[in-house]
Amino acid sequence: MCSFFSRKKHVRLRGQAHKRRRTSEPIEIEDRLESLICRVGEKSTSSLESNLEGLAGVLEADLPNYKSKILRILCTVARLLPEKLTVYTTLVGLLNARNYNFGGEFVEAMIRQLKETLKNNLYSEAVYLVRFLSDLVNCHVIAAPSMVAMFENFVSVTQEEDVPQVRSDWFVYVVLSCLPWVGKELYEKKDVEMDRLLSQIEGYLKRRVKTHVPMLQVWTADKPHPQEEYLDCLWAQIQKLKKDRWQERHILRPYIAFDSVLCEALQHNLPPFTPPGHMPDAQYPMPRVIFRMFDYTDAPEGPVMPGSHSVERFVIEENLHCIIKTHWKERKTCAAQLLSYPGKNKIPLNYHIVEVIFGELFQLPSPPHIDVMYTTLLIELCKLQPGSLPQVLAQATEMLYMRLDTMNTTCIDRLINWFAHHLSNFQFRWSWDDWADCLTVDLEKPKPKFVKEVLEKCMRLSYHQRIVDIVPPTFSALIPADPIFTYKYVDESASSLPGYPMSITVSNAIKNRASNEEILTVLKEVPNPNQEDDDDEGESFNPLKIDVFLQTLLNLAAKSFSHSFSALGKFHEILKTLANSDEGKLHLLKVLYEVWRNHPQMIAVLVDKLIRTQVVDCAAVANWLFSQDMAHEFTRLFIWEILHSTIRKMNKHVQKIQKELEEAKDKLEKQQHKRRDSGDDEDMDKNSEDEEGQLEEQIERLQEKVESAQSEQKNLFLVIFQRFIMLLTEHLVRCETGSVDISTPWYKNCIDRLQQIFLMHHATIQQYMGTLENLLFTAELDHHILAVYQQFCALQL
Amino acid sequence: MSVKLNALNSDSYIDISQYRDQHFKGNRYEQEKLLKQSNTLYVGNLSFYTTEEQVHELFSKSGDVKRIIIGLDKIKKTACGFCFVEYYTRADAEHAMRFINGTRLDDRIIRTDWDAGFKEGRQFGRGKSGGQVRDEYRQDYDPARGGYGKLAQQHRPTEGRNSF
Repeated sequence: MCSFFSRKKHVRLRGQAHKRRRTSEPIEIEDRLESLICRVGEKSTSSLESNLEGLAGVLEADLPNYKSKILRILCTVARLLPEKLTVYTTLVGLLNARNYNFGGEFVEAMIRQLKETLKNNLYSEAVYLVRFLSDLVNCHVIAAPSMVAMFENFVSVTQEEDVPQVRSDWFVYVVLSCLPWVGKELYEKKDVEMDRLLSQIEGYLKRRVKTHVPMLQVWTADKPHPQEEYLDCLWAQIQKLKKDRWQERHILRPYIAFDSVLCEALQHNLPPFTPPGHMPDAQYPMPRVIFRMFDYTDAPEGPVMPGSHSVERFVIEENLHCIIKTHWKERKTCAAQLLSYPGKNKIPLNYHIVEVIFGELFQLPSPPHIDVMYTTLLIELCKLQPGSLPQVLAQATEMLYMRLDTMNTTCIDRLINWFAHHLSNFQFRWSWDDWADCLTVDLEKPKPKFVKEVLEKCMRLSYHQRIVDIVPPTFSALIPADPIFTYKYVDESASSLPGYPMSITVSNAIKNRASNEEILTVLKEVPNPNQEDDDDEGESFNPLKIDVFLQTLLNLAAKSFSHSFSALGKFHEILKTLANSDEGKLHLLKVLYEVWRNHPQMIAVLVDKLIRTQVVDCAAVANWLFSQDMAHEFTRLFIWEILHSTIRKMNKHVQKIQKELEEAKDKLEKQQHKRRDSGDDEDMDKNSEDEEGQLEEQIERLQEKVESAQSEQKNLFLVIFQRFIMLLTEHLVRCETGSVDISTPWYKNCIDRLQQIFLMHHATIQQYMGTLENLLFTAELDHHILAVYQQFCALQL
Repeated sequence: MSVKLNALNSDSYIDISQYRDQHFKGNRYEQEKLLKQSNTLYVGNLSFYTTEEQVHELFSKSGDVKRIIIGLDKIKKTACGFCFVEYYTRADAEHAMRFINGTRLDDRIIRTDWDAGFKEGRQFGRGKSGGQVRDEYRQDYDPARGGYGKLAQQHRPTEGRNSF
């Protein structure tokens, strides 16, 4: 290992004592230490063992001057680089062998860090820390009995009463997830205690409640791969490991090469560690379901894929997830790190990578990272392995297509978006004919529906003719409509329509740049089909007025998004006036749909603008989407994209005002402190009082705003859930009286969509659980609908 | 406890590039400050035929798009292969730099870069012929960007002359 210190040479000037320039060195050295430690284990011309040996030597030499920095760096990599766990435990082992005190201080620092992470709800990082500690047993840094004692304390959490199940789940998970690394060693030293531990865990796993599982499964079917709850799967893997007498051959263990050095080291005992008690604001990790789509039959040649209950599978998946977690922001690095996974020659790595990536993309309630990251990561992987990865990806796509019938609708949405975006990067090349089977069934069934939605998304990224060109003629029924404007008053053939003459007048007025007042005056002449006579100023809801104005305006602006946005902006006041009632808002949306029904993308962006400019409110959009007029579009993806976008806007609005309120409160507090500290200056006091008074007023106003916004938010969810309940109940009753199977494609779609509301907005909905339970999800509800609610509740328990 | 290790915090895709707008009103420091806080991206290497709708669909994948301004030829007032995409939040724009930059739109690898903020007039190409500067001097034939570069077009012999 090359020397990396570059001490400035002594500069001896004539007649002066030599100087050493040291001011910049400590920082340089600290950066170098960081870099050396972070990069050890990466591609190198020397072996890992010799790099570790060299680094241990360097760090040992630096301990006198940089001990606390080194401690901090090592603690941080333990927490943030779990995929390199054994590299760093080996390093710590070597340091401990050379410097016993340092080993002790490191263990203490780790315990402190563990307490911090638990206090701050950083549960996944806490897992990595405990795993690190447990692997230190293998490196002779920590004595096995003290590790067992810590595990015993963790498992005793399962005896606690009145705590959320997710709390005890976590402590059990931590213990089990360390055993692939340290099970062998702990069993060799303390088999009686370990058996007792495992038996306690088994008892817990048997009695825990698993209502939440169906809500988290990607597929409802158990074949070909059951979607197992994560603790059940891990338990099965540990059972198998135990049966194999804890022989584990996948994990890279550099410390084995140093056994002769390490076994001479003195070990430390972990201090007794009591798990922190349950706090009401604790946010334990949500339960998961393990995503599996491949098994040993899928990789045609080369190494065999480890079985679903093998501990190797667990370790590989854990490491791949960790690599993505570390490098997701830099896709090239992420792809390179995934593909250089140590031990890759013994496993079908491409299959594991693809499975882990799809597992994250389809994770419920939501993926760990933004969806588009996975698309781009897969493209990078294809670039780096052009001869093998695209084939695995194609195989995966094919398999996912074949299993669409039992796939959760939310996951199908993500698959649609991924596939279309992916194709757009590869000239839309796909063997569509392979999927000709989807043409032979009802178009509402999952497979043809999937293809239809994919083609629609592909069109959005290209243009209509392109889609016509890329699919075989047999697929014409699935091709999306040409996204053109449909104008009611298009020409003389429409002259018999009541609004036709007015549409020409309005059109001319707009083209001649008439003012808003002038146009409103023109519109006054539009007869109201809902009224016998003009009993008022013509201010009440007039559907024909809305129809004429909006159709005409949008027709003139149909050229592009920008033209339409500009039109909505220019005539904002008129639109607000026309739509100043619930019926008005509903009708506005109805007309919008009528003219743009072939261009769902345009509908979505215009609805977005109408909400942001407060021409329509969120509840109006929800009511419109659930209205009878939209029933025929109810299962189309764009409907749900609009609804979820609407809910998100509502949520962001509430958050924004809450933030303003918090900031105002902080300002007031600061002001009050300033006054208190400023002494007896009367003038300052007066000014301060005024400012405080203003702030208090502002806070009061913001408080009202927050309450009003939250009330609107609650109302939105109530409207949505009420509509779902009405629709689903209607369907269930109809099926029951007609003795028909309830499981139609529509029903499956609808119940999944209800579930999706809960999953996508679970954090917000939490606040309104009481109201939901009292008003809507009562015991009288049909059990099919109630089950969705109960599964949702089970996620938090 | 929350030690940040520089070596582990790499997020190079969102770094500002070397490009600085020569027409920017203000000094280098001010421009860089704006670039580092901006929610607006410049998008380059678009086809002349790429529509606002396509841009919106793609860039919405990283977050809600506030507005799109399609770059225009200063003389012809037609699309000339670039645009600006403005997001409501910086975070969404950063995701675009990480995951949309360097991928394809309309079969072309597009490039995104931070922009100091749209100002009226910046939607026009600055090349002498009205389009973008890069289309003045390039030598290759790009059917989606008007064929040959403008300079190359002037020097290209017309079809008939050499065919005997």
